[in-house]
Amino acid sequence: MTASYLFAGVFYVATLLLVVGLAAKIAQFARTPAPLKIPTTPAPVTTGGMVFRMFREVALFESLFKSNLWIWAFGYMFHLGLALVTLRHLRYFVQPVPEILAMVQYLGIYGGLAMVAGLGGLLARRILVERIRYISTPSDYLWLVLLLGIGCSGLLMKFVAHTDIVSVKVFFQGWMRLNIQQLPGDPVLLAHLAGVAMLMILFPFSKLLHAPGVFFSPTRNQVDNPREVRHLAPWAAKMEAKN
Amino acid sequence: MAAASFETPAFREYPSVPALKPDAMAHLQPYVANEKIQEALGLPGKLVDDWHDVAIARMGDLLGKYRGLRVFMDSCVHCGACTDKCHYFIGSADPKNMPVARQELFRSVYRRYFTLPGKLFPKLVGARDLTKDVLDEWFSYFWQCSECRRCSVFCPYGIDTAEVTMAARAVLDTVGYGQKYSNEILGKVTKIGNNLGLPGPALLDTLEGLEEDVKADTGVDVKFPLDVKGAEILLVTPSADFFAEPHIESLIGYGKVFHAAGASWTLSSHASEAGNFGLFTGDYALMKKIATRIRDAALELGVKRIIVGECGHAWRVTYSFWNTLVGLGAGGTDPYAIEFQKQLDPRYPQPMHICEYTWDLIERGVLKFDKSLNDHRTITFHDSCNVARGSRMGDRAGGQFDIPRNIIKAVANNYVDMEAGTIREKTFCCGGGGGVLTDDLLELRVKGALPRMEALKQVADSRNVNFMATICAICKAQFTKVLPYYGFKMGVVGGVHQLVSTAIRLEGQE
Repeated sequence: MTASYLFAGVFYVATLLLVVGLAAKIAQFARTPAPLKIPTTPAPVTTGGMVFRMFREVALFESLFKSNLWIWAFGYMFHLGLALVTLRHLRYFVQPVPEILAMVQYLGIYGGLAMVAGLGGLLARRILVERIRYISTPSDYLWLVLLLGIGCSGLLMKFVAHTDIVSVKVFFQGWMRLNIQQLPGDPVLLAHLAGVAMLMILFPFSKLLHAPGVFFSPTRNQVDNPREVRHLAPWAAKMEAKN
Repeated sequence: MAAASFETPAFREYPSVPALKPDAMAHLQPYVANEKIQEALGLPGKLVDDWHDVAIARMGDLLGKYRGLRVFMDSCVHCGACTDKCHYFIGSADPKNMPVARQELFRSVYRRYFTLPGKLFPKLVGARDLTKDVLDEWFSYFWQCSECRRCSVFCPYGIDTAEVTMAARAVLDTVGYGQKYSNEILGKVTKIGNNLGLPGPALLDTLEGLEEDVKADTGVDVKFPLDVKGAEILLVTPSADFFAEPHIESLIGYGKVFHAAGASWTLSSHASEAGNFGLFTGDYALMKKIATRIRDAALELGVKRIIVGECGHAWRVTYSFWNTLVGLGAGGTDPYAIEFQKQLDPRYPQPMHICEYTWDLIERGVLKFDKSLNDHRTITFHDSCNVARGSRMGDRAGGQFDIPRNIIKAVANNYVDMEAGTIREKTFCCGGGGGVLTDDLLELRVKGALPRMEALKQVADSRNVNFMATICAICKAQFTKVLPYYGFKMGVVGGVHQLVSTAIRLEGQE
């Protein structure tokens, strides 16, 4: 039971750090004014158009597609895979499992494979392409290794070393109600969970902030209407009072 | 600086990405602004003693004022999408000219002082202390960026290196480490009213000479009015238009268009500069101060419309920022903006680009052309970076690409576009924008022109293109200088209104 309490505690801390850290960062992004209109043009001239541009950027990685097909393909495989895997994992947190969630379970398996393949491709590029090797920091590699570790340990449990997923669900159902249950002691499962906890803890302090960041990027989320609407930041408006 | 101490890059057979040559451009720095230049702008005359603390404080200040900078610092994942997009990297192969690597010069310091992992594990996340060497490196590589925003088109998060470059230059200015070229010009425009330091009487003299030239050439009394109170239109144009070649040919073109339209227009000696180098140094207050001259002149002269001549970064500042900076536009509800709006004619977009003005007249059939007069030219169009990626013309996204091309096709018979990956929003900077149009950075300018020169070479060889039109004073000056390095004649570059000027038929013209 010691390991169960340890993991439960780590996940409480990790969840707290993730939620508070991310909220603080999002609040900081939101509070910081964008004093000038800097959408990368040609940009949409209506709010609806801007929302559509953001949708294409977030859901399809449009700019990356225009930029580099290899990075787009690997990056998209990873992110889409991760989304499907996350969807699959929801079953550990909801009871009863809605029918729709049960129906998409199998997609999560393909998602897991795509995720690992995409990460492998990104890692290979980082090592093999001179320009990308040049700009890579140790943490860039470690992130890929961590995510690969999470992905591979997950696949391992699916295809090779099965764990008692019913107990895992009991553990997380209890965890959500502050009632700690026994967590299976399989090393692969513990490694998998430790990796996820680490990811949650580091998220708000890392480049993973690109996830909220993209929504706040003024070159993408501004409407191209500077002649029609006066755009003025509070600190800039103060300069005007002096005139 | 010895001339030709560098080699002009060879044309590449295929547009391949160059193998990295670390520090290939590390030796290159612009001249440092002297005390007189710095102090005229209220900046420290030389590097301040506590530059480290002042720089970090300024970084914090900027991070709190510019959401873009803050988000861009945190969002980059080093994916590499931008690595092969910068013309300076393509031309120099120096990896620090890759957009992400250039940002990283600044971001590494950001991480060290403003993030927890950078404070705890600097090596792990690529964070570093701000040392004098780092500051020198900034001065070198942030003056090897033309703020053209090509990288921002391709970044999955829209990270705009120009914003990072502006921030770094603002920090450098704050600690007394300014660039001579840009800060000298900023001193002139704030003191005299234009980047060249051309005083009112000299301007008047130039314009009178121009009227005589046009009269001798066409037999028509085309006027170039200065400081006419009560004129309907104020034309603000880059001061290079007043005397530099080929810029002046476009000024003649504007004059002829106004004449043909029967417009009441004027130039201003107080606001005789459309350019605004405050953009380049990331100084909001200075940018506002320069724009305020335009506001003051417009209020003083009582004009109803403001039209801006062929200048790339000026049009970005005009279109995107004037409404913000000085209330020149619509939609303001504060007294400062309303004062201006009361005077301006709401039937027109304010401010307006000269190409928007001319194209509207062409569409309405007001202007007469003999297109065959441009038949000795086969023309292509170089999209200027600030117009392409930082502004718009007309009422549709992308009007900034179509309107100038439409004008060219209306006044000339032979038009050819360059390769698709080098035009419109993917256009390559001329290599001289963003405050690097100075001879001390000639090596950078020549190398940075490579991708554009390759695209031009292709259409010159295959389609006999012999004229590259553009709507930017910096592009014109830059190409005039660097075209010969690539085996072209300098006369290959010119303005869109130069072509208009050639073909337009005025009433009474001989």
